[in-house]
Amino acid sequence: MNLHLKVWRQKNAATKGALVSYEARNIPEDCSFLEMLDLVNEDLLSRGEEPIAFDHDCREGICGMCSLTINGIPHGTSDTTTCQLYMRKFKDGQTIYIEPFRASAFPLLRDLSVNRSAFDRIQQAGGFISAHVGAAPDGNAILVPKTDADHAMEAAACIGCGACAAACPNASAMLFVGAKVTHLASLPQGQPERERRALAMVRRMDAEGFGNCSNYLECEAVCPAEIPALVIGQLNRDYAHALVKESL
Amino acid sequence: MSLNLDSKTPSGPLEKKWEQHKFESKLINPANRRKFEVIVVGTGLAGASAAATLGELGYKVKAFCFQDSPRRAHSIAAQGGINAAKNYQNDGDSVHRLFYDTIKGGDFRSRESNVHRLAEISVSIIDHCVALGVPFAREYGGLLDNRSFGGAQVSRTFYARGQTGQQLLLGAYSALNRQIAAGSVEMFSRTELMDIVLVDGHAKGIVTRDLTNGAIRTWAADCVIMATGGYGNVFYLSTNAKGSNVTATYRAHRRGAAFANPCYTQIHPTCIPVAGDHQSKLTLMSESLRNDGRVWVPKKKGDTRPYSQIPEDERDYYLERKYPSFGNLAPRDISSRSAKEVCDEGRGVGPGGLGVYLDFADSIKRLGEDKIRERYGNLFEMYHQITGENAYNGPMRIFPAVHYTMGGLWVDYNLMSNIPGLFVLGEANFSDHGANRLGASALMQGLADGYFVIPYTIGNYLAPHVGERPSTDHPAFKQTEADVRANIHKLLSIKGKRSVDSFHRELGLIMWDHCGMARTEKSLTRALKRLPELRQEFWQNANVPGENESLNTSLERAGRVADFLEFGELMCMDALTRKESCGGHFREEYQTPDGEAVRNDAEYSHVAAWEYQGEGIAPIRHTEPLTFDNVKLATRSYK
Repeated sequence: MNLHLKVWRQKNAATKGALVSYEARNIPEDCSFLEMLDLVNEDLLSRGEEPIAFDHDCREGICGMCSLTINGIPHGTSDTTTCQLYMRKFKDGQTIYIEPFRASAFPLLRDLSVNRSAFDRIQQAGGFISAHVGAAPDGNAILVPKTDADHAMEAAACIGCGACAAACPNASAMLFVGAKVTHLASLPQGQPERERRALAMVRRMDAEGFGNCSNYLECEAVCPAEIPALVIGQLNRDYAHALVKESL
Repeated sequence: MSLNLDSKTPSGPLEKKWEQHKFESKLINPANRRKFEVIVVGTGLAGASAAATLGELGYKVKAFCFQDSPRRAHSIAAQGGINAAKNYQNDGDSVHRLFYDTIKGGDFRSRESNVHRLAEISVSIIDHCVALGVPFAREYGGLLDNRSFGGAQVSRTFYARGQTGQQLLLGAYSALNRQIAAGSVEMFSRTELMDIVLVDGHAKGIVTRDLTNGAIRTWAADCVIMATGGYGNVFYLSTNAKGSNVTATYRAHRRGAAFANPCYTQIHPTCIPVAGDHQSKLTLMSESLRNDGRVWVPKKKGDTRPYSQIPEDERDYYLERKYPSFGNLAPRDISSRSAKEVCDEGRGVGPGGLGVYLDFADSIKRLGEDKIRERYGNLFEMYHQITGENAYNGPMRIFPAVHYTMGGLWVDYNLMSNIPGLFVLGEANFSDHGANRLGASALMQGLADGYFVIPYTIGNYLAPHVGERPSTDHPAFKQTEADVRANIHKLLSIKGKRSVDSFHRELGLIMWDHCGMARTEKSLTRALKRLPELRQEFWQNANVPGENESLNTSLERAGRVADFLEFGELMCMDALTRKESCGGHFREEYQTPDGEAVRNDAEYSHVAAWEYQGEGIAPIRHTEPLTFDNVKLATRSYK
């Protein structure tokens, strides 16, 4: 198949970027979206041009490193990551717009590559259980009802790609933060630090420049890990609860 | 020249060695730990758990990864599970059984002492991960659930859906984050190791490149830990992440670290077959699928009928036929080779005849589709995304693919390489899996090394060397930095016509055809002739555009492929000189009439550790003998 691409090119954060047109020719439909870009890059190289920079690593939908806003939607039209989006989902002759994940807390590095370390800093603020090596009781000493474990797993499946913030008109990271808060709040091990975790992560999220949630639910729609927006409700509850307790 | 390959295995009975060694290991008091700086390269299971634990103990840690976040490391992609000798299922498991299964699974080519330690530690790993909040699968009563896995007849595998690696890595990442917040670990993402710095023969620092702007920096430390993963991408197509590379370990090898058993590579039996030339990587379908899936091909050669029209009695469930007691759960090397055999016979299915069926029809009939969905839902989903086929309605097509590398830098019982002060953890070392790794054992080893081994053994090196950390003004740092800059300049000056990727693809094909699932003296000799030619062409004609001082993905890749091109040769040499078949190393000259591997214990019951001699000069092969006092060397049988 042949495709018309409009790709965001920008040398670095200091220079201005623009959409540049490229033709992707003879693309097999069994190609993944990133393999299509590989072919375009090979073509650019053969013409003495610099290839398009984009982030990717595992190419099996789990590492969360690939990004790309495709035709205005983070990770494209698929219900999974860009690396698991296959060209059979597109039509021959189609025009495809390819832009980076856009959020002010994700500064651009080059072309389609952005800096998402704000997400790491939010996790550092409280996305953990303070258990040191050597002190743990037997794994079966902490009973966890299956439904709670499943609930925790559902939220823990977040891959940290940032599509939620990129899709949100407010560039909110509430789905991302809610996922970690819900994961740990669903388990008995997560209870002792539950309140301080919610407070610290939300405060860090605000400081990083992510917006608030106003229930657009675009995050849930694009999330490749299918994190439910219910985690935002859980986050709001835990945060409010902790805030009240803190003020007493 | 002699190379010090003293394994430092403690004396005493096997089950007391680790206990005794911990007691005899040098302690460093908490106030002194702050005086030591430790560099950790790589943030997968081994690196993240090591950095977090050493930070927790009070060492000053600097951690580095080339990805944009430590959470991206490829441990995240492990699907099936993690082994531990908990015997929660009351089915006869024990530390000794896990030890024995791992030694046997590794085809009697690993160190007894290391493997036993791994089995002992396995139980603590589960406890610690639970404490960190890893959401392992549970039974209704709240107890931990287990599944069975290849190479074992007990259920000892703990899992979190089909995303066990992700959950364990995120657990280690959360522990790492806690230490970053506490100030004991400093994290540097998008920073790639370019070389290690030796001062008077000791590893005392590294040179890195900031991938966002090309800045070259030097870092001094009291010791260096490498947890940089395996070298499966030498084959170009593998289940590894695109960024996974051999650069860190190979550059350490060039500085004197012995590389052990590079020919031991694991080909995973259950991957999605190659679809075309554009393909950039292969995707694994967890081996846990073999618990409920049955592997088969048509009995007749060249049978092109769709699967639904092939009656039951014309199907060959070849694993069940050849290995009745393990059946579809035969170990990876055996399952992969059997798939190759039936495809070589012309009985493969799908495009090009390079595939076999993995069929869930019986299990769906027995357990219901919902149960199968609950167990493997995300895997079926992934299969659907990639192939466009629904595996609830018909069998999956699978084919073996390069997955894991058992070889790695040589380490002693303390996990220290032959370079004093250079420690190597996880897949990057060679130590625990022998010639073949069992499923669900990689996660176990990565976390054992990082959480439970290195925190004890690092003191043996550090304690006598307090206050010896050099400054980066030391001439050795200046010299290594100059070497790194010269190498980058050399790559950017080639200005050739052929893309780095096309060199990598060609290298991969040479390795797969000549040093893949089956090897012969002839194929390896041919590869050893072809590889130097390809390397020469690379340095004359590779197209590496742009400059160092910006985010330059072509330059990153060029450096890694240049190392793979040299490393491929080392692998072939190792495969050529190991004149036996064992585990993932199958030499066609050494097999029984019915195609089973023939080991040669009299001559090859040893580790081959290679010493670098310079570019284009044959490396020297050293050996560390393997002794087995607690298990009887046997022909590995899964029949």
